[in-house]
Amino acid sequence: MESSVIVFPGSNCDRDVAVALEKFQIRNQMIWHNEVSLPKCDLVVLPGGFSYGDYLRTGCIASKSKIINAIIEHGKKGGLILGICNGFQILIETELLPGTLLRNKKLKFLSKNVFLKVLNTDNNFCSNYKNKSIIELPIAHNEGNYFGSNDLIKNLEDNNLIAFKYCNGEGKIEKDSNPNGSSNNIAGILNEKKNILGMMPHPERLIDPLLSGEDGSILFTSLLKS
Amino acid sequence: MKITSEIIEKHGINSDEYKKIINLIGRKPNFLELGIFSAMWNEHCSYKSSKKYLRTLPTKNSKVIQGPGENAGVVDIEDNDALVFKIESHNHPSFIEPYQGAATGIGGILRDVFTMGARPIATLNSIHFGTPSHPKTKNLLSGVVSGIGGYGNCMGIPTIGGEVKFDSSYNENILVNAMAVGLVKKNKIFYSKAEGINKSVIYVGSKTGRDGIHGASMASAEFDDDADEKKPTVQVGDPFTEKLLLEACLELMKDNSIISIQDMGAAGLTSSSVEMASKGNLGIDINLNNIPCREEKMTPYEMMLSESQERMLLILNSGKEENAKKIFTKWGLDFSVIGKTTNTKNLVLNFNGKKVADLPLNSLSKDAPLYDRKWKKNLNSKKTNPPKNYQNKKLYESLKKILMSPNNSEKSWVWEQYDQTVMGDSIQKPGGNAGVIRVHGKNKGVALTVDSSSHYCLANPIIGGKQVVCEAWRNLIAVGSYPIAITNCLNFGNPEKEKIMGQFVETIDGISQACTYLDFPVVSGNVSFYNETKNKAISPTPTIGGVGLIKNLNDMVTKNFKKLGNHILIIGKTLGHLYQSEFFREVLDFKKGPPPEINLFNEKNNGLSVLNLISKKLVKSVHDVSSGGILVALSEMCITSNIGATISLPRNNITLHEYLFGEDQSRYIIEVNEKNIEEVSKILKNNSIYFEKIGNTQQDYLEVKNEFKASLNELRELHKYWFNNYFKENI
Repeated sequence: MESSVIVFPGSNCDRDVAVALEKFQIRNQMIWHNEVSLPKCDLVVLPGGFSYGDYLRTGCIASKSKIINAIIEHGKKGGLILGICNGFQILIETELLPGTLLRNKKLKFLSKNVFLKVLNTDNNFCSNYKNKSIIELPIAHNEGNYFGSNDLIKNLEDNNLIAFKYCNGEGKIEKDSNPNGSSNNIAGILNEKKNILGMMPHPERLIDPLLSGEDGSILFTSLLKS
Repeated sequence: MKITSEIIEKHGINSDEYKKIINLIGRKPNFLELGIFSAMWNEHCSYKSSKKYLRTLPTKNSKVIQGPGENAGVVDIEDNDALVFKIESHNHPSFIEPYQGAATGIGGILRDVFTMGARPIATLNSIHFGTPSHPKTKNLLSGVVSGIGGYGNCMGIPTIGGEVKFDSSYNENILVNAMAVGLVKKNKIFYSKAEGINKSVIYVGSKTGRDGIHGASMASAEFDDDADEKKPTVQVGDPFTEKLLLEACLELMKDNSIISIQDMGAAGLTSSSVEMASKGNLGIDINLNNIPCREEKMTPYEMMLSESQERMLLILNSGKEENAKKIFTKWGLDFSVIGKTTNTKNLVLNFNGKKVADLPLNSLSKDAPLYDRKWKKNLNSKKTNPPKNYQNKKLYESLKKILMSPNNSEKSWVWEQYDQTVMGDSIQKPGGNAGVIRVHGKNKGVALTVDSSSHYCLANPIIGGKQVVCEAWRNLIAVGSYPIAITNCLNFGNPEKEKIMGQFVETIDGISQACTYLDFPVVSGNVSFYNETKNKAISPTPTIGGVGLIKNLNDMVTKNFKKLGNHILIIGKTLGHLYQSEFFREVLDFKKGPPPEINLFNEKNNGLSVLNLISKKLVKSVHDVSSGGILVALSEMCITSNIGATISLPRNNITLHEYLFGEDQSRYIIEVNEKNIEEVSKILKNNSIYFEKIGNTQQDYLEVKNEFKASLNELRELHKYWFNNYFKENI
C-alpha cells in the first residue's frame, strides 16, 4: 500500500496523518502542491489545516492548485482519496464530493471529542469497523456544517453513502449530539464508487491508547487491507 | 521637521531623557532618530523601571541552557532534547482591538520560540477580564478567545492549558498573556547575537505596512478616554503567513546558513537590528530602499517603527544567500538583502542614496536610561473579624455558589474554541492539573501550566508572589512531572507611582524566594507596566508559566478518580485559612484579610513526596488543593471521573467551613487503593508529611457525612452553567 499526502501552504495535519499512515505500514510520500503529477500510489490523502489560509472560502484556492488535476484523475480511475477536515472541504470544492460545508451553527471553532456511528463498512476506508459501531474521534473545525438539498441528502441516505454520523455515547443520532448543525448529523460521506471519503473528524489524532483511544487506527488498518 | 518639545513629549521621552540623548550622540537627533530612541527607550523595550529587580531573580540551575536575554528561555529535557519557552503580554492592544490584539499576541510569542530553532508544540494563555456585568467584558472575552483560537488553530499548534479570570480591577485594562513552548535538539539552538563583519542582513516574511507604528510606546503609557482612538497602533495578524514563515525558517535551519536570527516583534525593525548588532558588539548598515513595503511612499520613520507582523531578520554566512532565497521563495515569502554588518558599532540607515540616521548602538541599548524608582511598602491586609455567622451558611449551597461563579466554573466554552489535539501528542488536555504533551516519537512528556492569583498579591505581594510560583510547581507535580523552570509575565499599573512600584518590588521578592527555594528558576519573561486607566490600576498580577518533565509517560497521573472503594487522603495540613478564599469572596462577598501563608519547606517536602508516590505507582489520582479548598477540589475529581466520594471530617479544632473551604497551601488530594495504603502511609510518615485519611471513593454521590449528599450530574451541570448561561444569546 502506497500513499501520497498532499501538502498545501497552510496544511497543518500533514505530518500527523503521515505519522499515522507509516505507523500502519502504509508507505507514504509528501507531495508539494506545485507538482503537476502524482507518484504511483494507491491512496491520496488531503490533510487537515488551513490551505492557503482559508482565504476566499475554505478549500477553494486548493481546488485550483497545480496538483489538483492529477488528484481528480486519480479519483476518476478508481484510486482511493481520503480528505480529512480541510481535505474534506477541498473535496467538496473540487466537486469530487457533493454538498457544501457551512460555518458551524454556533459560528465558533469547535475542538472536542465526539461520538460517531459507522454506517457504511462496505468500502476500503471502514471495512474493519463493525457496522453500526460507535466510535470516538476528535473534531477541530470552524466550517464543518454539512449542508445539501433535500434531494442530495435523500440520495446519500438511499444509496448508503454516509460513512459516519454524529451520535451520542449510546449511538442515538439526535440533535443534541450534532456539534455543528450538519444535515442529518452527517460527519463523513463517500462518493458513489466509494473510493473517495471526506470526513470532518480526525482519525489520525486517535491512534494510541495514551491519547485516550485508538478508534482512528481502525480506519488505517482498513486501508492497509484494501 | 523641527524637533519641538511637543514632538519630544509625544514620543514619550521626558526632558531629562532628551538631554541624555544629546549627550550620548553629541548633537540633536533628527525626527527619525528621535523615533528610534522612543522605540528603544520605552518601558516595554528597555525595562528601565524593572531591570534592577529582575536581576535579583534566580535564573540558573543544572537544567538551564539559556536564561533571560534571548528570544526565549531554554532548558534541557535529556536525550539531546531541549524545551524553548516564554510568556508575553499583549494587554494594551487586546483592550483596543480584542481579536487582533490577542491573535498577534499568539503570533509574537510563537515567533520568539521558532526563532530559536524550535518547532512550537503547545501554547497556553492566561486571560483576565473585568466583571462579567461590565458593558465591555462580553465583547472583549469573546473577541480575545476567538483571536487566540484564530491564530493558534491556523498555525496548527495545540492550546493545551490556560486560565480565565474576572475581577473589577481589569474593567478598563484586560490582560492577555500568552505562552509558547517549542522543542529543539540541544545542538541546533539558534541565537540572536550577530557575529562577523560584512555579513548579509536579510529581511524575510511579510511586507512592512503602516500598522502597529509606535505599538510598544503605546503599551508603555496609561490609557485615557482615548483608548479607542489608538486602534492604528494595533498590529494585524496573518497566521497563514506565519505558518509559512515557520516552515521556511525551520527548513533553512537544517544546515549551517544562519549566523543569527531575530524576530521583528515590539519596535519592529528597529529593535531587531539594534539587538542583533549590539549583542555581537558590531555595527549595522541598512538600505531602507530594500525593505519590502506593503504600501506606497512609506517613509524611513514608518519603516523603522512599523510593527507589521510575521517578519524576521537573519544574518547569513557568506555564500548562503541564494539557497536561502530559494527556500523563502518556495514558501511564497519576501526575501530581501537589506544591509550588512560592520565594525562601526553604529546603526546607519540609508534611503534614496542619503544617510538618514547614524546612531551609536550603545546609546540605544546599553546606555538606555535605567531607573531606581521610588517605592513604598505595601499596606498588607491584616486579619480582621471574619464575617458574622459565616458558619450558618449551608455547606452545599456555598459549594454550589462557588462552582457556579465565573472564576471557578468550568471553562470548556473557552477551550473548545482552541484546537487541543492537532500534532497528535496532546496527552492531557485543558481542564486537568496541567497540560501534558508527548515529546514526538518518544515515551516521555512535558507538563505545562500557567497560573496567577492576583487577589492574593493585592492583599500581600510577597506572599502572593511566593504563592503563584508554588501553585505552578504544585500543578506540575500533580501530573507526575518533575518541575524544571518558569517563565513569568509581570502585569502591573504605573511604575512611576510609589505604591505600584512597591507592589512590583515585593512581588519579585516573593517570586524570587520561592524560585530559589524550589530550585525552579526564571528563564524568560516580560514586564507589562501601565495597566492603568484614569488612576485605577489593575491588581498586581504576576503570571507564572511552568514546565516539568515526565521521563516515562507510564508514570503520569490525572486528577479524575479511578475506582470505587479507594482511599482519599489529604497531603499537607489544613489550618482553615478563609481570608481571601473563594468562600469568603464569592459566597460572602468579603474581600478583606491576608492570603494564606506559604511555608516553602512544606511546599517542597509535600511536593517531592507526592512525586515519589507517583513514580512508585502508589497513587491512582492526584489533584492539588487550590482556589475553593478541599470541597471544590473533590468536586472536580468527581465530576471528571463520574465516581463519587464520601468523606467525614477528621477530628480537629477547626470548623467545618474552615476545613472544607480553607485555602491553606501546599496540599494535595490523592487516591490510594487498599493494597498500597500501608506503604503510602509509611512513606509519608518517614518523610514527616502531615496527612489525613478523609474517606473513600464510591458511586454516584459526593457526600460529606452528616452534612450533605450531592449528585454528580448536578455538580457537573452547575460547574458548566456559568459560561453557557452568560453567552446564551449567542447560541
